[in-house]
Amino acid sequence: MTDLLYGADEEALRDSVRALLTAHAPWRRTLARLDGDEPYDSALWTRLVDQLGVTGLAVPAELGGAGAGFREVAVVLEELGRAVAPVPFLGAAVATRALLACGDTELLGQLATGECDAALAVCLATAPDAPPRPVTVDPGPALSGTVPGVADALPGALLLVPAGDGLYAVEATHPGVRMTPVVSLDATRPLADIVLTGAPARMVATGAMAGRAVSAALTAGAALLASEQVGLAQWCLDTTVAYVRDRHQFGRSVGSFQAVKHRLADLWVEVTEARAVARHAADRLAAGDPEAPLAAALAQAYCGPVAVRAAEVCVQLHGGLGFTWEHPAHLYLKRAKSNAIAFGTADRHRAALARLVDLPPPVAMARVTTGYRRS
Amino acid sequence: MSDHTADRLRGLVAAFLRTRDPGGDRTGFLRARFDAGLAWVHYPAGLGGLAAPPHLQPVVDAAFAEVDAPDNRPRRNSIGLGMAAPTLLRHGTDAQCRRWLRPLWTGEEVWCQLFSEPDAGSDLAGLRTSAVRDGDDWVVDGQKVWTSMAHEARWAVLLARTDPAVPKHRGITYFVCDMTAPGVQVRPLRQLTGEAEFNEVFLTGVRVPDSQRVGAVGEGWQVARTTLMNERVAIGGRPLPREGGMVGLVARLWRERPELRTAGLHQEVVHSWVRAEAARLAALRLRQLVAAGQPGPEGSAVKLSFAELSQRISGLEVELLGAEGLRHDDWAMRRPEEPDLLGRTATYRYLRARGNSIEGGTSEILRTVIAERVLGLPTESRVDR
Repeated sequence: MTDLLYGADEEALRDSVRALLTAHAPWRRTLARLDGDEPYDSALWTRLVDQLGVTGLAVPAELGGAGAGFREVAVVLEELGRAVAPVPFLGAAVATRALLACGDTELLGQLATGECDAALAVCLATAPDAPPRPVTVDPGPALSGTVPGVADALPGALLLVPAGDGLYAVEATHPGVRMTPVVSLDATRPLADIVLTGAPARMVATGAMAGRAVSAALTAGAALLASEQVGLAQWCLDTTVAYVRDRHQFGRSVGSFQAVKHRLADLWVEVTEARAVARHAADRLAAGDPEAPLAAALAQAYCGPVAVRAAEVCVQLHGGLGFTWEHPAHLYLKRAKSNAIAFGTADRHRAALARLVDLPPPVAMARVTTGYRRS
Repeated sequence: MSDHTADRLRGLVAAFLRTRDPGGDRTGFLRARFDAGLAWVHYPAGLGGLAAPPHLQPVVDAAFAEVDAPDNRPRRNSIGLGMAAPTLLRHGTDAQCRRWLRPLWTGEEVWCQLFSEPDAGSDLAGLRTSAVRDGDDWVVDGQKVWTSMAHEARWAVLLARTDPAVPKHRGITYFVCDMTAPGVQVRPLRQLTGEAEFNEVFLTGVRVPDSQRVGAVGEGWQVARTTLMNERVAIGGRPLPREGGMVGLVARLWRERPELRTAGLHQEVVHSWVRAEAARLAALRLRQLVAAGQPGPEGSAVKLSFAELSQRISGLEVELLGAEGLRHDDWAMRRPEEPDLLGRTATYRYLRARGNSIEGGTSEILRTVIAERVLGLPTESRVDR
């Protein structure tokens, strides 16, 4: 049965990550980075990898990993969401899932120890059920094509590129690879447009295995993102509750007004439910359950909108302060809204759920669509 | 401390079943199950339990269900099982527990709750029913409302004011009232469904022995809070499979009747499915927290969501039915033996669901409780304390 709680080891991991983030990634530093040149906090990333071994959590021990699993990865993501930390961990976890599905032991080992960073080269908005294939394969193999809006692709990273009917590894440093930074809505998760021009590649998997690896990786992304969304939403709730308790207007605490209280009570209910949903998705992912795609679709159909609401309530109930650049609420708002599109919108995931649990749309809709195309 | 395991409990049930025929006398079987400690296994030995961890209860229930053993019809006595029993266990004397818990669990004695009054609903502590000491008895006078199962009940948990001179929360005492005592009059209270699931209860000079007082004089509010907390968990907290409950009805209707489908209702059905599944997982997580000995305030979330979802989904079902949604089965006044939120027609379910956000604490009061007790926000300035 699905285990929706946190084990003692998971709580210990959470404490370590939180302590490290509190010391090295306070929001003022993250905010200050927005005006700098380096999008990711590479010093923070190095600490997370070297001190806590976060990239090895889901890698088996015999390959140099920690032999933990995706439940633990999800706990780390909760904390990273809570801190809107600018590190490429989600992308690394997605790449790990792809490599696990391919059985590629060498790259997994390098990823686990932090020898190299890896990212799946697909647009961040890609839903698990419909990965586009914009890249073509020429003999060599050499890859050509454009992939817009890729997250977590560090300058020196290894790119895992779905192309043709295979999955290929490409060195981002090769001259045939051009990565152009995007001004992204969420500046704490930078995106890049990637143009491949005859970039030399190594085949990692082909045929059905490659297809399965990509969809498994995207499913993992959708499932794990939910934990980041829960961490983010919980921060927004906690911070807003603390603020309205202290803030006084009309001679009383703003948090004593019923209109404010009820809004926060509703948000608490939603965050409570989102936590159960995200935990379920992480647990099913870790267990390799055939229902993991269903749990992931549920997670994104539910948790994405909750995180957005939490961030919007946070801005609103902070009043004028919440609308300023100097308050961190906007970091969370931008991350939440961007996350609501990452790995497919809630609507995409509801459509996927409808298929998975046999709640088909009306036939008339299909007819209307066909008719529209004809005319 | 506990050496109970699922295997050991299954063994105890098997041993019990070798001595008792589940197809035989129903009451005798249930009494024997209670005496064997296999009723509610987390209760103490001698009171129907084995002091086992609560998460092992489903193991025992499943083992009895496997052989089609009679159950205690828990829905018929949900107030007794879900609210009165835990309150008695926590605040009652040993003699009270021994007198009441066994027939309560077996269903021989149904319980009801005499809390709400015409002028004390959400503001329950404003209740006016009085209890005046007279020798070894208390003499109770007043009127109670919204009392479900009063027409079937043998006993009631009763809140009455024993000291009108102190602030309202401090002048209340908790009693157990014999519903067959002289002066207790039960009248059906018809609801907007046409049914009379609830009652008005008039108490006129009812003598309640002091031995039926639960907790100290003047401490009834603290005792009642146990009952109310249990009520909120009991209402939304039953374990359900996916699509258990109301969402399953509308999902089945959607699958079986393609001619009813429209694009807009499709969105609504899937939205509802998502929300129901999220609420189900939250309730499951709450159970896991309780089983792990870390009960949290999540029960309030479960109750709030349950009310909102059952209203939304039952309304959706009526609309999905279209022309059929215009028809009801009948408006005859019924006296249901047990509340049935999923029974009868979609129109009945829609109407009955309106009560879900009122009974057991209105959703508005619950939000205030969450804001103040869970989130720690300050109370509004009040004139009554």
